[in-house]
This record gives sequence, C-alpha cells and structure tokens, in this order.
Amino acid sequence: MSEKLHIKDHIDLFKNEDYVELFENKKQYESAETAEKVAEILEWTKTEEYKKINFERKDLVVNPLKGCQPLGAYYAAIGFEKTMPFLHGSQGCASYFRSHFMRHFREPFPGSCDAMTEDAAVFGGHNALYLGLQNTHELFKPDMIAICTSCMAEVIGDDLNNFIKNAKDEDYIPKDFPVTYAHTPSFVGSHVVGYDAMIHGILEQMGEVSETKNDKINVIMGFDTYIGNFEEIKRIFDLFGAELNLISDPSEVLNSPTDGDYQMYVGGTPLDAIKDAPNSKSAILMQKYSSVKTKELLESWGQTVKVVSPYGIAGTDDLMMAISELTGKPVPAQLEKERGQLVDAIADSYYWIHGKTFGINGDPDQSLGLTRFIMELGAEPVHVLVTNGTKAWGKECEELLASSEFGAGGKAYPGRDMWHYRSLLFTEPVDYIIGNSYSKYLERDTGTPLVRIGFPLQDRHHLHRAATMGYKGGVQMLTWIVNEILDDVDDKTKDGPSYDLLR
Amino acid sequence: MPKKNVNDHGVEVMEEILDGYNDKTKKDRKKKLDVVKADDVKCGIVANRKIRPGVMSMRGCAYAGAKGVVFGPIKDMIHISHGPVGCGQYSWGARRNFANGTVGIDNYVPMQITSDFQEKDIVFGGDKKLSNLIMEANTLFPLNKGVSVLSECPIGLIGDDIEAVSRQTSKEIEKPVIPCRCEGFRGVSQSLGHHIANDSLRDWVYEKDLEGAPIEDSPYNVALLGDYNIGGDAWSSRKILEAMGLNVIAQSTGDASMSEIANTSKAKLILIHCYRSMNYISRYLEEKHGTPWVEFNFFGPTQIFKSMRAIAEKFDDTIKAKTEAAIKLYEPQFQKIVEKYKPRLEGKNCMLFVGGLRPRHTIPAFRDLGVQVGITGYEFAHNDDYARTLEYVDQTTFIVDDMNEYEMEKLIENFKPDLVGSGIKEKYSTQKSGIPFRQMHSWDYSGPYHGLDGFAVFARDMDMAVNGPVWKHLTPPWK
Repeated sequence: MSEKLHIKDHIDLFKNEDYVELFENKKQYESAETAEKVAEILEWTKTEEYKKINFERKDLVVNPLKGCQPLGAYYAAIGFEKTMPFLHGSQGCASYFRSHFMRHFREPFPGSCDAMTEDAAVFGGHNALYLGLQNTHELFKPDMIAICTSCMAEVIGDDLNNFIKNAKDEDYIPKDFPVTYAHTPSFVGSHVVGYDAMIHGILEQMGEVSETKNDKINVIMGFDTYIGNFEEIKRIFDLFGAELNLISDPSEVLNSPTDGDYQMYVGGTPLDAIKDAPNSKSAILMQKYSSVKTKELLESWGQTVKVVSPYGIAGTDDLMMAISELTGKPVPAQLEKERGQLVDAIADSYYWIHGKTFGINGDPDQSLGLTRFIMELGAEPVHVLVTNGTKAWGKECEELLASSEFGAGGKAYPGRDMWHYRSLLFTEPVDYIIGNSYSKYLERDTGTPLVRIGFPLQDRHHLHRAATMGYKGGVQMLTWIVNEILDDVDDKTKDGPSYDLLR
Repeated sequence: MPKKNVNDHGVEVMEEILDGYNDKTKKDRKKKLDVVKADDVKCGIVANRKIRPGVMSMRGCAYAGAKGVVFGPIKDMIHISHGPVGCGQYSWGARRNFANGTVGIDNYVPMQITSDFQEKDIVFGGDKKLSNLIMEANTLFPLNKGVSVLSECPIGLIGDDIEAVSRQTSKEIEKPVIPCRCEGFRGVSQSLGHHIANDSLRDWVYEKDLEGAPIEDSPYNVALLGDYNIGGDAWSSRKILEAMGLNVIAQSTGDASMSEIANTSKAKLILIHCYRSMNYISRYLEEKHGTPWVEFNFFGPTQIFKSMRAIAEKFDDTIKAKTEAAIKLYEPQFQKIVEKYKPRLEGKNCMLFVGGLRPRHTIPAFRDLGVQVGITGYEFAHNDDYARTLEYVDQTTFIVDDMNEYEMEKLIENFKPDLVGSGIKEKYSTQKSGIPFRQMHSWDYSGPYHGLDGFAVFARDMDMAVNGPVWKHLTPPWK
C-alpha cells in the first residue's frame, strides 16, 4: 500500500482550522444572532418561566414520539407468512415507513402500495388499488396481501371492502387469494393503534370459527420491535410444553442471513394458524394499548384473554402465572431458575441504581413495563412521558407510580412531546433517561446520560436483536442500565482518585 | 446464474424484465428502460411519469421533495409539517443536512415540528390551529427568522387556506411565513415538491423583495445553489470556491439562513449543483434580475477541475489565476488519493440508482478510481436528465427510470455488480444478495463527498465497501 493517507471525514474534518475560519466568515451573510443573544435565549429555555409557556401551548407539537397508524399496520402485516404489507395511499408514505423500519432493523422491509395521485383523490382510489393488487400479486408472489390506508384515502373515504371485492370480480387477482384490510387513519391515535387495527382486520377476516376448541394459546406481542422477544416467548412456551399460536411473528424476516441469496419472505405466522386463531380457548396479550380492538374480538370468540406486561420480575411472574393458569401446567424449573438468576443479577447491581432518578419515554406499554422494572431496582421514575399515551394510560401510569414508595415522586405525562420533556429535564433534572434514539438530543441539551431502550434506534447497532421481556430480558435491560450508570461514573471520576477499577 | 455483462446481454435482460410484467405494466415500463451505447445521442426513456401501482417503486412524494430537500435544511426557519404526525416523523433527521447553530435556539434543522392533525382538524379545518401554532412557535423560538408551512395530503383535500393564514400570521409576527402546497399526492415523485418549493420561495421571498444581511458589492459575489450539505458537502465545495477568490454570499439550502436565501438574488453568478431540484429559482432569477447561472459538478478530480475552470471562465484574470493556483495545489493531493485507491478498485463494476443528478454526476468520480458504472438510473428525473446522462456515458450502459424492487432484483441477479450505490430501501436486500453497497443519498452516514476533502472520503468508503473482508464469507467452507 502506498503512503499512509490521513483521511478525515465529517467527524473530524470540520474541526480543522480552515473550516472553523470558513464558518466564521459565513456568519456575515447569515444575519446570525450574536453569541450573547443565543446564550441568553438558551438560558431562558431552561427556566421555569419558559416551561410554563411551553406547557401552555395548545396546537404546536415539537419533537413528538409517535408514528402514524399505517406504520404500525405495516409492522403487524410483515409478521405473517409470505404476506405483503400494502398501503392504499400515496407512494411517499410507503417509502417513509420502509425507510423508517430499515433504519431501525438494518434489514429489508418489503411493503407495497398503490401510489395514489391527484386523480385518485378526485375520482377515488379504486383503479389504483386494482392495478396495485394485480402487480403486487404477479411480481412479488405473496400468499396474502394485507392492506392499510393513508390519511389521503381516509379523507376521501374509499371503501376498501368493496374495492377488494371488485378487484376479484374483475379478475385483477384470483377470487380465492386472501386480501385483508384495515382502515388506519393517520389523524387518529398512533402507530400502536394501527398495529391493533391490522391484527384485528387480519384475524376477523381470515379467522374460521369452528365448533371445536383447541388448547393453543393465541399470543399477540403488540408493537414490539425487539426481535429477541419473539424468540424468548417461543422458548418460554416450549419450556412450559404449552402450545403457542404466535399471531404476527417478524423475527425471521427481520433477521435473515446474508448468504448471497436474498429472500423477500422468511418465516412468519402461517396462514393456517390465523384461520385457526378463533378456535383457541385462550389468549395472552403482551401489550394492552396496541391490542384494544383485538382483545374485544378474541373475547367475542369466547376466549379467556389475559393481558400482561412481562418486563422485570413481577411482570414476568404475571406471564408465568398466566401460562400456568391457562394450561394447568406448573412453571418449569428452568424458568424458576432464570427468575432466580434475574434476582441474583439485580442483587449484584442495584447498589449503583437504587435511589437514582429516571426519566422514561417511549410507547405506552413499554413505558409502563420499564417504569415497573426500574422501581424493582430501587430507582425512582420522576418523569414518564408518552406522546401517544391516552388519558387512560396516564391514569394507569399514575396508579403504577403510587403502588411503590419509589414512584412517590413520579408523574405521568400523556400526550406530551420531547420539547415539553426538555423543559422538565431542565427544571426537574433526573440522573438518567431511558428512551429511543431521538432522546440523544435531550442527552446532549441537558447532559443527562441516556440508556437506549425503545423504538426507533437508528444511531446504535443491533440493540433490537436482544430480548427485553422475560427474566432473561430483565437481565439484558439491567445490564444496559447499570453499565450506562458505570460509564457515567467513570466519566465523572476520570480526573480523580475515585476512578476505580472495582465497581 | 452466471454473471452477465451489459454490453452483451443488456437488451436480452431488458426483454426478460419486461416479459415478467402484464401487458399494461409492460407497455408503461418499456418506456422506462433502455440500453445505450457509448456513441448514442438519444436515450429512449420517457421520464417523470406516474408510478405503476403495486411495483414497489423507490420514489417518495412532493412533501419529501419540498420539506426533506428544499425547505428542511434552511436552519433559522421553523418548518411546520402541516397535517398528521407521520410525514414529519419519518423525515426527521433522515437527510443529514448539516447546519451550524444551537439546536432549538437559532437552528431548527434537527427538529420535527408539526401540527399533528387530529380527526377534529380534518372535520372542522385546521386554519385556526395553524394560525395559533405559528404564534406559539414564534414565542417559544424567538430567534427564528421565518416559518414555512409544508402541507401534507389532507390539507389539499379539506380546502384549508394556508395562504391566508400565512399572510395574516406573517403580519403578526413580522417575519416571513411561507406556505408550500406540497401535498404528497401531487405530481409523480419528489420532483414536483422541489418545483413547488422553488415557486413558494419565488412568490414569498423574491417577489416580495425580502432583504438579507447587507452585502458589500463585488464582482466576485456568487451564490451556491442546490447543495444540501449532506455530511458537510456544501462546506467542502465552498472551501474550493473561496480558494478561487469567490465570495459565497449565499449557500442554499444546506446550512442556509433566511438572509442567504433572500440575498441569492444579489449574486453576480449562481452556481448550481443539484440542477434538478433548484433550477426553477435560477431560471426565475435570471429572468427577473438577469443573474446568470452555471451548472457545476464537484464529484471527483476530473469534474472538479473542469468545473472550476468553467466557473473561472465567467470571471476576470484574477479569478482565473487563483483557480489555476488552487488546481495546482489540489492536483498532488488528488493524485495521492487516486494512487492509493485506484489499484484497489480498478475494473470494478458499479450499479447506481439514486435521485437528483448523482446517477450521472458521480460517474466520473467512480471513473477517477477505475470503477465503471454500467447500470444507472434516476428516481425522479425528467427527460432532459436522460439526454444529459449520455454526455457521461463511455460504455454500453443499462438505464432505468423509476426503478422498482422487481427490476432491481433482476438486474442484480443477472449482472452481479461489484458495488451498488442506492438508498436505504435498497441497501439490505442488496447486501443479502452478497453485493457490497453504499447509500448514495445519505453517504451512508459518512461524507462529505463533494470537493477535495469529500473525494478522499468517497474513495475510502468505496474501497471499504468493495474490499470489506466480510464479503468473502458468504458461503461456508463446507459448501
């Protein structure tokens, strides 16, 4: 190799003197504010006064933590065998959903759409849908197409049921080809509601109710983007010797090998398993707020439905007891051992965590699970902020906080965004925050170290592969939390004698 | 399947791809594929047409073009994604438009600001909400220099009057409020969004003669247009322009300020990098103020030197001399980069499918490193882009407009390129097919790629992609 070249990319390059000068020179053309003025306003944004104004806003939303319904619907759909998620709406939406997921999973995320344009807005989107279904069916050869809608389609009021019927009557797709649909208006709820709508639609339209019931337990994970959780739930059911019907399982399609032969469809819930879903005696839902309509449907089929939040010790205990109760089988010794291993790990680590204060943001169910878990560690949740949390979520979160002495200083913030959160972190600072990658801006602005748990995680690699639920998932989350704290302790002590080898 | 080459098998593969379609789709896609020879003067592609439904196109929408490309990078304006939450959410921070400033205080680029439409807003209209939230934003972000209102799909369907709200609120906050009707259903791709955003700037900035910072008059005042400062591109380009003796009085829209946007009209010459997305403003300013404009290409030494000289031609001997001096200084530096990386990349074949001008603009930069681009295509080009592409083609080349997932899979399967440069949606399926990949929209979180400093990073990254040891392990030793 020739002479060593010192190539600087954006990380170092713009610290070079020539660029620093260039930036300084550019300011004359920018009408830039003086450094003093910027500093003054920056300080003002940290005050109680600013927080008050910030919390009084009615219409402006700044840095929210939620996606729209069809995003969740796309995610629900991809977990079924050879199923193509399909958006009835503008091309841009489909491209956005796919990019958003791919930045998180670093995996292909197939998804089709009918690319509606202005004429569809005027005359209805039926022609686009017919051709879209035909091309998707012919080119990508799925076994099922699961349709959701963009806000455009919802505003013009397209009738999907009728359109699909016509597409079959007019032979765009075979009459016996399964096409399901869910209306997923972006201006109602969030991605967790869209997830629910899609699962509900698929089960309701594909399910075949029969006279005989079976012992398989329907399990629905909800909008859970930790691939390891799907593996973990299968392992837990295996250990129990319980029969599992996992409704929507993207764990293979979003974790496929690189071997030179790309496969668009891998794994997923078999279509026969969906058809049989109504005939289970029972179901377990791992999330509450992404399964509201689905729960009603399962109950209408006469199923015993248990809703759990299997994070940490008590949360996972609930899951164990639910499976045990529904199957009549005892909790397996292996899982009891794993429980002991989680208790063991917490006993090893909690001295670093106990009494530390936390801010938590994320999706409704995940935030509740995390809040309960960190209270088990003796930490104190101070802010639990969930943009797509409803009033009911807020009430449940307040009750959860009140259930522990460690939650006494905590408050739930449903419907608030990250700019509200920024004010909170300045006026009522916490030791650590737990959240998704967007929280890195708050980590920087407020100097509060961040533990990355949530969705999306675009700025760190492979975290989504882990399990966060179950006893093993508890050990994983504990590892992330305690080591972030220890990194912070090292950082704070690096110039002094407390820079200990032993922590 | 054995590896084919475009020269011998291009037409045959094209036929095979088309035969996979039904008649209606085939008829349409036939106009979007072509295999051109080095000496061809015409490309048969009819571009800028509607996407066929259901083919998994890689395009985005008008909003993506207006917010994501043109408005989003202007740093001291508040850009409101007006409508439901998703569009702003998924485009938040996704284009890596670098900007200096304090986030949330005098730089709002890495933020997602939205009206988060709810059902009641659809039913009763969102004008009142818009008006109120602009006032709220102005209070919370007092150093903002203006506001843009970027419409999402529902706005155009429910008949809101964002222009009236913009006029009214602009008076109240005494700053420009610029409405932009970039609903995602308009047009056929991002491209119309660029055009609409350019028109919004025309009507609400230039037609209103908004003033920027006072500028000292000089024959060397230029504006750098159509550089979005991805990974710092515009800064790397600006460094060269300054070395040539030019004053870059406005840079847009990467790391741009409202002042620079307004002052673009005061430049003596407009230098435009991404012609596709900002030519409308250049043409308008030429018409209104007689400001001439010139295209340039700062990817790779061959084009950089050519462009520097073409720009210098528009100025006096002082600039010409400084330009030659700069080239003399850069030459050995480029040489070092080429010496290191060309032997590692020589003879490799690349497939590109990107937006803007990159499907042709980067061909010479690859060629500087010994890499041939045998397949290329644009997400949202117009017919003239294909004619212009031929200027860059020196071998039989497979050209595709609005490529979709099915076509991409077929092309990769048949031609097995050594490297693919495209977007995030194409990255992981390509890698799973065993082909090295670089994202050529976001520079795969690297950059800059423009200019001298950028070419070094570009060369390093392409080498990393092609010569990463992981690609030797696709097949286990026991197979």
